[in-house]
Amino acid sequence: MKRRLSKKYRVPKLDMEIRFHRTIHEPQHIHRAKEAGVPTPTIFLVDTVGTTIVMEFIEGKQVKHILDDLPPEERLHLCRHIGDLIGRLHNHGIIHSDLTTSNMILTPHGRVVFVDFGLSERSMEMEARGVDLHLMKRALQSTHFKYAGQCFDAVIEGYTQAIGESVAREVLNKIGEIERRGRYVSERK
Amino acid sequence: MLNLPKTSKNQPRKKLETLPKHRSVASYCLGIESTADDFSVGILSFNGKVLANVISAYVPDKGGIHPREAARHHAEVAGKVLAEAFQRARVKPQDVHVVAFSQGPGLGPCLRTGATAARALASYLGVPLVGVNHCVAHIEIGKLVAGAVDPVTLYVSGGNTIVSAFEAGRYRIFGETLDIAVGNCLDVFAREAGLHEMEGMPLGALVEQLASRGQTLIPLPYTVKGMDLSFSGFLTAAVQLLREGKHSVEDLCFSLQEVAFSMLTEVTERALAHTEKPEVLLTGGVAANKRLQSMLESIAEEHNVRFCMVPKQYALDNGAMIAWTGILAYQHHVTLPLEKSFVKRKWRLDEVPVPWVGG
Repeated sequence: MKRRLSKKYRVPKLDMEIRFHRTIHEPQHIHRAKEAGVPTPTIFLVDTVGTTIVMEFIEGKQVKHILDDLPPEERLHLCRHIGDLIGRLHNHGIIHSDLTTSNMILTPHGRVVFVDFGLSERSMEMEARGVDLHLMKRALQSTHFKYAGQCFDAVIEGYTQAIGESVAREVLNKIGEIERRGRYVSERK
Repeated sequence: MLNLPKTSKNQPRKKLETLPKHRSVASYCLGIESTADDFSVGILSFNGKVLANVISAYVPDKGGIHPREAARHHAEVAGKVLAEAFQRARVKPQDVHVVAFSQGPGLGPCLRTGATAARALASYLGVPLVGVNHCVAHIEIGKLVAGAVDPVTLYVSGGNTIVSAFEAGRYRIFGETLDIAVGNCLDVFAREAGLHEMEGMPLGALVEQLASRGQTLIPLPYTVKGMDLSFSGFLTAAVQLLREGKHSVEDLCFSLQEVAFSMLTEVTERALAHTEKPEVLLTGGVAANKRLQSMLESIAEEHNVRFCMVPKQYALDNGAMIAWTGILAYQHHVTLPLEKSFVKRKWRLDEVPVPWVGG
């Protein structure tokens, strides 16, 4: 069960808008992800008044907790698989918008289940795809700094296979552009 | 020429504990801050006591900071600010043991002015030079004066918007702006609304005043992307609403603050949940905003962690933070040879090893 609690720091109107919006959209994106062939939890009930979603509990471990301790080959294999799933989402017009290793669960059967689509949106734009993958890269850098580089390369490898080389190249260029837009990036002139 | 200390310049010295006995007087570090509109000199003793923290702000006649004009201001006031700092600290120049300066990130001309002053002073006194990262300095002085040990830091100013925490040798960035800084966003909006900056009354404070009289929340884009934020589209939307003239400036300022600060607080809260740190530290120029303080206080309470608030004179850009970080770096043998002391305009927080933190 996922209940979106009221945040005291937000003014009530904004608080309600955000919770309502996310409660409605999350199940929609979760459903569409399944159509794209990406495992997600099954939704049982959506309560927009109580801003609550009742969904399947996924048995398994957050990728965050296991990635660093995997043998190198398995680690890269897992990252390629994650890249493939992201590629499927993007192909299907879904931008996850919170791609971190906390939001991916590895089940005992070796499936990777994506969760937390609360910030997701529908888009086929290169810009949105670029931002999405840029977030994945940043999440790897902040949490798995030891292997961030090779992991992200493997993610891109899987992503390229899922979405095709020409689109992948465009998205990669976009990531570069997004990074240069950020503050204090040495590549920016 | 002054009496030079015995050690030759630029040679890393031993740690504080093992300093030669003949230095019976306390050791001092002088820090020069000049990344943007403020030129500031701080003097601290090695035990973390702030003896002077003199700040001179460049206030533009109109518009934002013009880098060249700001640098000209810095060059003009440098001598005066230095003299005042020595006088307030009651420290003689020859008692300064280390000179630290903000090496980046920031505006090129401003950084170079501060760096030039620091190089001149260090070579004249024959003492080592330390290049300090401005963002690291904000965190370090915050920890010192607010008594934090291992916090999640929300650093918000005109140039930066960063959520960070210490992890394996560095301050890692968990969330940051993808485009402009939140303070920049508030400033530009304020100027669009016809507000004028005054000495001691920054634009952010004027927005806060107006916001306190606003009541109606006007929809503005709430842009959180994972752990990162975006304020450029948000600013454009706000400015458009302002030009349409359908809403009062008070309501717009209110909405601007509510939405922007909710975004900041959401990301900070997620970083807190993710890292499970025991404290949350708020610093930077925008930290002076009472509404933002109350929001962060609220999440700190919910997560049962300590809320650490940095007093204004140490939350704004200041020389004391540079001096303190200079001391920490120097004690861990991090010094900078003169020939390598060029400024780094785009020096990211997470590029800097901080050997003085943690085990």
